[in-house]
Amino acid sequence: MAEPTQTIEIQVLRYRPEQETEPVWQSYQVPFTEDMSVLQGLQYIKDEIDGSVSFRWSCRMAICGSCGMMINRKPSLSCQTFLRDLLPGPVKVEALDHLPIERDLVVSVEPFVKKLESIKPYIIPKEARALSEGEYLQTPAQLEKIEQFSSCINCMLCYAACPQFGLNPEFTGPGVLALLHRYNADSRDGGRAERMEILNAEEGVWSCTAVGYCSEVCPKGVDPANAVNQNKVNSALDYFIRFLPKKGA
Amino acid sequence: MQIVQADVAIIGAGGGGLRAAIAVAEADPKLRIALVSKVYPMRSHTVAAEGGAAAVTQAHDSLEAHFHDTVAGGDWLCEQDVVESFVAQAHESLVQMEHWGCPWSRKADGHVNVRAFGGMKIERTWFAADKTGFHMLHTLFQTSIKYPSIQRFDEYFCVDLVKDDGRVQGAVVIHIATGEFTLIQAKAVIIATGGAGRVFRENTNGGIVTGDGMALAYRHGVPLRDMEFVQYHPTCMPGTGLLFTEACRGEGGFLLNNDGYRYLQDYGLGPATPEPRNKAMELGPRDRLSQAFWHEKQKGRTVKTRHGEVVHLDLRHLGEKKLRERLPQIYELAVEYLGVDPAKEPIPVLPAVHYTMGGIVADGKTASTLPGLYSVGECSSVGIHGANRLGSNSLTELIVFGKIAGEEAARFAKAQGTATPPAARLLEQANATQAAAQGLRASTSGTERVATLRKEMAQTMEDGCGIYRTAVTMQQTCTKLAELRQRYKSVKLDDHSHGWNTEWLLAIELGYLLEVAEAMAHSAFNRRESRGSHQRLDGFEARDDVNFLQHSLAYFQGDGPPTIAYGPVKITRSQPGTRAYGAAGEKADAEQHAKENANG
Repeated sequence: MAEPTQTIEIQVLRYRPEQETEPVWQSYQVPFTEDMSVLQGLQYIKDEIDGSVSFRWSCRMAICGSCGMMINRKPSLSCQTFLRDLLPGPVKVEALDHLPIERDLVVSVEPFVKKLESIKPYIIPKEARALSEGEYLQTPAQLEKIEQFSSCINCMLCYAACPQFGLNPEFTGPGVLALLHRYNADSRDGGRAERMEILNAEEGVWSCTAVGYCSEVCPKGVDPANAVNQNKVNSALDYFIRFLPKKGA
Repeated sequence: MQIVQADVAIIGAGGGGLRAAIAVAEADPKLRIALVSKVYPMRSHTVAAEGGAAAVTQAHDSLEAHFHDTVAGGDWLCEQDVVESFVAQAHESLVQMEHWGCPWSRKADGHVNVRAFGGMKIERTWFAADKTGFHMLHTLFQTSIKYPSIQRFDEYFCVDLVKDDGRVQGAVVIHIATGEFTLIQAKAVIIATGGAGRVFRENTNGGIVTGDGMALAYRHGVPLRDMEFVQYHPTCMPGTGLLFTEACRGEGGFLLNNDGYRYLQDYGLGPATPEPRNKAMELGPRDRLSQAFWHEKQKGRTVKTRHGEVVHLDLRHLGEKKLRERLPQIYELAVEYLGVDPAKEPIPVLPAVHYTMGGIVADGKTASTLPGLYSVGECSSVGIHGANRLGSNSLTELIVFGKIAGEEAARFAKAQGTATPPAARLLEQANATQAAAQGLRASTSGTERVATLRKEMAQTMEDGCGIYRTAVTMQQTCTKLAELRQRYKSVKLDDHSHGWNTEWLLAIELGYLLEVAEAMAHSAFNRRESRGSHQRLDGFEARDDVNFLQHSLAYFQGDGPPTIAYGPVKITRSQPGTRAYGAAGEKADAEQHAKENANG
């Protein structure tokens, strides 16, 4: 490996509740190579300079969703953000916006997971099928309706991007709404009615003011804004359908 | 210390742990399940698996063919009865994933599609684009939410097991956010912590893949089996080791040397046909392909880069449309990380450590030698991979054996009845574990940095236990690891705080890594033959079925190196034969088939 020839400054917003009452900036000089990610810069800091900087990471390839953080104020995965694109620096790294900081770059994931758990994110079969009958048939066109929305890696960048979530932490929020839509739109699923209660609540789709920044920051092209808007249509339909006389009742 | 009561504790919540948890919940909803993971379940390394999951699916395929591919692919070090049971359950287990919503890629008629994979005679690999592990993991995690009896301990780090009365009785865990300790008392424990690829320098694995569960079982006297068998995946990103799935080659990708020549035809894998041909050329098994790379490098026919020598993975002829549809993640990785558009340029690749074939010894029902302790997934050696795993067998392994582990652990837990276990004795062990771990966290007298020791370990493993091995280099690695274990006692941390002290957890993980590395290096040193992924250059180049058609078993010996023993390999239908691929393989397959038919 070629020797690094230059350094870059990485500023980390530190917050250690055991020793600080509020976040403080700390600056580090990191040797820089052309192919280094921000994550690799942070790993250098932790390994060689200051072992006390805390952050989550694992896969390094933008699929595990662990390493979301604000990088120069933009919600980003640190493993797929490259220092070469942020020259000359300094690069400012902070915990994701809108989520409680547990320490340094680590935010609480619990609120997101609780929301995810609340929307019944699993198939509620439209028709029961025994394993011996084999798979449900699903055409490529039917798969395409859910494929994009099932690609959410739960990185929560969209929560940091969402101004409504910033104002109202009860808002179900873009990522979870995209997953709700993913199950509602699945040809095997019959659980839409059960999920609509969540959707129609104030914290459901109607909190969204269509800013669309969630889709812009999504590293997987999930386009949660699109899911939320489709759900607004569904939610509105659902609202009006309630007033129609029930067939065969 | 907090005490939590459970019937079954599961350590690790990737594909194997989640599948096991669901199986316990379905076996008996009254059983209390503690599902412990050092990361949120959807961060587990199952997420990074790309290519697919194998199961006999097409009418012209057969369980026998999947069995033979697996056993020959494993160079006859597989437990054949376990492989038989595995291939028989594979299809239904994948159908179950489909019923739970896994977005498998489909054929036009709506049936699940299959793709070709290395070492597999017939296309039988189910896939969800090139994010199969991701989709399986999220499907399992989201499905697990249905079951109220699964109590998750997300971001709890397992630091020890507790034993009493000759069986496992639970685990000691650290709540990462606070640094507080909890004793989870359980009647049965399933370890599902994944592999240990991070003991090597260049690897495809996530940072969390640190052999935790292997080391925990090993410390408690359970042997680690076949640890010398470590898979190098032939197509990884230079510098980071990130994976370009075998599906690149299943879809028709070529491997080229510096002359643009498909060099695999020089290594018994030819002939080179333009269309992918199963079990030939680029669809040979991973051990052979990684070894061929090594030889090309020796011959000076690789390409020099700043991250070392590489060959080229050429996907250009597949065209952008197919690449975007079948290999979207690969496309994205090549563009974003390397600045290479795979529709226009070949991707530079090299082999990197990918998978540990060996692990915690397990019988065909996932039970270890310690009553009540089960294991599933990469941490486990249930016996289906032998000396070399075939790609796409391991995702299926997670769900086939995850289900079995859950059912077996549930049965064992219920058999223990409702008698109150001796909490005081367990608490004594847990307190000792806590004191040791807190001592490490508080220590200010040491001199060694965690990262320094970790890097030296990873380098010595690559130097001594890489694609090709000799007694001299392996001995150097064994010696170095002994030194590192000694130096590990003088680890010094910058961080002494309680909550989110990840430096402390890295230090504990380093302890796991060093012990697992030592089991690998000593198992390798003692295997005086070449088989599968274990290849020697010092007079032991051939397979030796007389002396080494045996599993190695590494037993923990405290501060000293492990002792290595051997155990029998279960042979049912397939006597060791010639392991050949390409045209030679077709000939060998035919002969083997004739022999078995003659034997009736």
